[in-house]
Amino acid sequence: MTTRQIHSSTAPAGRPDAPPPVPPVAAEQPTPERRRWSGRSRKDFLVFLAMALPNLVLIGTFTYWPLINNIYYSTLDWTLGSASATVVGLQNYITFFTSEDAAKVLGTTAIFTLVTVGGSMVLGLLVALALNSKVRGTTFARSAVFAPYVLSGVGVGLVWLFIFDPGYGVLAWILRGLGQQSPQWINDPQLSLVMVIIVYIWKNLGYCAVVYLAGLQSLPRDVMEAAALDGANSTRRFFNISLPLLSPTTFFLLITTMLSSLQAFDLIRIMTPLGNGTSTLIYEAYLQAFGAYNRAGYSAAISVILFAILLIITVLQLRFVERKVHYS
Amino acid sequence: MSAPAPAAVVVSSQESEQQEPPRPFSSANLLQTVAAGYVPLIIATLVVFLPLLWMLLSSFKQPGEIVTMDLRILPESLNLQNYVTAMTTVPFAQFFANSLIVTVVGSSIKVVLAILTAYALVFVRFPFKNVIFVLILVALMVPAQVSILPNYILIAGLGGKNTLWGIILPGLGTAFGTFLLRQHFLTLPPSILEAAEIDGAGHWRRLWQIIVPVSVPSIATVALVTVVSEWNDYIWPLIITDRPETMTLPVGLTLLQNSEGNGAGWGILMAGAVLVIVPILLVFAALQRYIVAGLTQGSVTG
Repeated sequence: MTTRQIHSSTAPAGRPDAPPPVPPVAAEQPTPERRRWSGRSRKDFLVFLAMALPNLVLIGTFTYWPLINNIYYSTLDWTLGSASATVVGLQNYITFFTSEDAAKVLGTTAIFTLVTVGGSMVLGLLVALALNSKVRGTTFARSAVFAPYVLSGVGVGLVWLFIFDPGYGVLAWILRGLGQQSPQWINDPQLSLVMVIIVYIWKNLGYCAVVYLAGLQSLPRDVMEAAALDGANSTRRFFNISLPLLSPTTFFLLITTMLSSLQAFDLIRIMTPLGNGTSTLIYEAYLQAFGAYNRAGYSAAISVILFAILLIITVLQLRFVERKVHYS
Repeated sequence: MSAPAPAAVVVSSQESEQQEPPRPFSSANLLQTVAAGYVPLIIATLVVFLPLLWMLLSSFKQPGEIVTMDLRILPESLNLQNYVTAMTTVPFAQFFANSLIVTVVGSSIKVVLAILTAYALVFVRFPFKNVIFVLILVALMVPAQVSILPNYILIAGLGGKNTLWGIILPGLGTAFGTFLLRQHFLTLPPSILEAAEIDGAGHWRRLWQIIVPVSVPSIATVALVTVVSEWNDYIWPLIITDRPETMTLPVGLTLLQNSEGNGAGWGILMAGAVLVIVPILLVFAALQRYIVAGLTQGSVTG
């Protein structure tokens, strides 16, 4: 609305039938472009604010301000919902790092992140190689493997929870056929982590596959053909030529999948609500504040730790992305 | 040029299909093609589809067909009882309507904000534009998960708990859409605006009459990716609602899981899962090229 008003009040000559009046144009020509407060610049200044400010204010309020607030909250001993809080400085961080939680939560986060990143990238590359073959139906298969990536984590989690169900799940039925008893996927802390990792990889490997496929299809044809003429077999061509040339894609995927694994929430929440063995940093932060404990300050401290890790990864990305990964 | 082309992924795959060389039909060659080409593709496709098919089949099964030691693959009949039970145990129709409102209102506002901000960043003169762009780029990397506690305090303090606006508001600022559309606008030839400039058209008209019409595919990409993520959004609606009247589908499904979390309830839960998964699956099937391009954005630039 504001934009419309600015437009109509400052551009009286904005009709196609009326040629723009000469004086403003003539007056503007000798003025250097740099002069900020010439009439047109001021108009642009206001137009810019009218167009961009709502979005910028929203990003500032709900993305940047919480980061600062989180750091402040992390210094409080504060029960969520309580009106009073005491400043305790770094006590929440000390409590976290000296408790048994720290090793457990950081270990779970590390295992979950490394296995899901490695698993979805390796499997994604294999699927990409299959998709890169010249047979009919690859377009359909490409969409199919990508599909789980866009589906609701809650829905997907429930579907797999049913498959893993030790009593009536498909997996238990297959294992019974092999004379085996189904493991207690949900109650066993280690197995529940394995279960969530499997489903997470299932949901995300299509993303890696499609990105790798784009990488494979942009490989220089002449290099591949020259290697084939030189008599290199397909395995050697893959490891000695394709894989090194794909290193920018690999690096891109490494960063993006690591960032999203560190933020994985939906599957963990729906498949293991109590976080027994699956409490990664993000899930522990959620449980501490919104689970049974209402420990807001402590939760904020864990969020700050998570954010620090994400920030380090992002900075590393920005530093490395400058270099040519595959020619160095 | 760092501008990613949103359609690049799609185009390249189509090209590769057209360039399919004629191959001899000798039986050995055919067998090799089948073994090396089709078998992995079929396996990959089945691994994706079988769990989803299982969800659909199970949603029609009665408790007696699920609580049994021998597996029945097909349901005895296309019985909609589970859907009826899911809708009466929890207010599923209400969840569906809430999800629809949150998705439509949230996405529409986000797309408009993205278009306006991207236009301003590319075509309107302003000091510190690069600083503003970097701030948006950094926001792209700040995960929403880290901000949930402060945002909860803020929105709850404003009285937004258990309201639809409370669900929608914190997610409205859009760094992703702004970034993607800015990159697209930068690729537009400046000449398309020259005619408008001579006409004396203001920014508002240039935006809606020239820039937007030539940018429909990019805007569709932003819109679809936004719709998908709004529909699936879980952590924020989960925290800001605890009453069924304002819950969205994923949160409502959690509620259903709490009341039907025993063996006999699987059919009902699968019916619920169908209701949250199938709408997005249909949107994806129809418009997958935009969604895939948008979500793998940035990868083709490397």
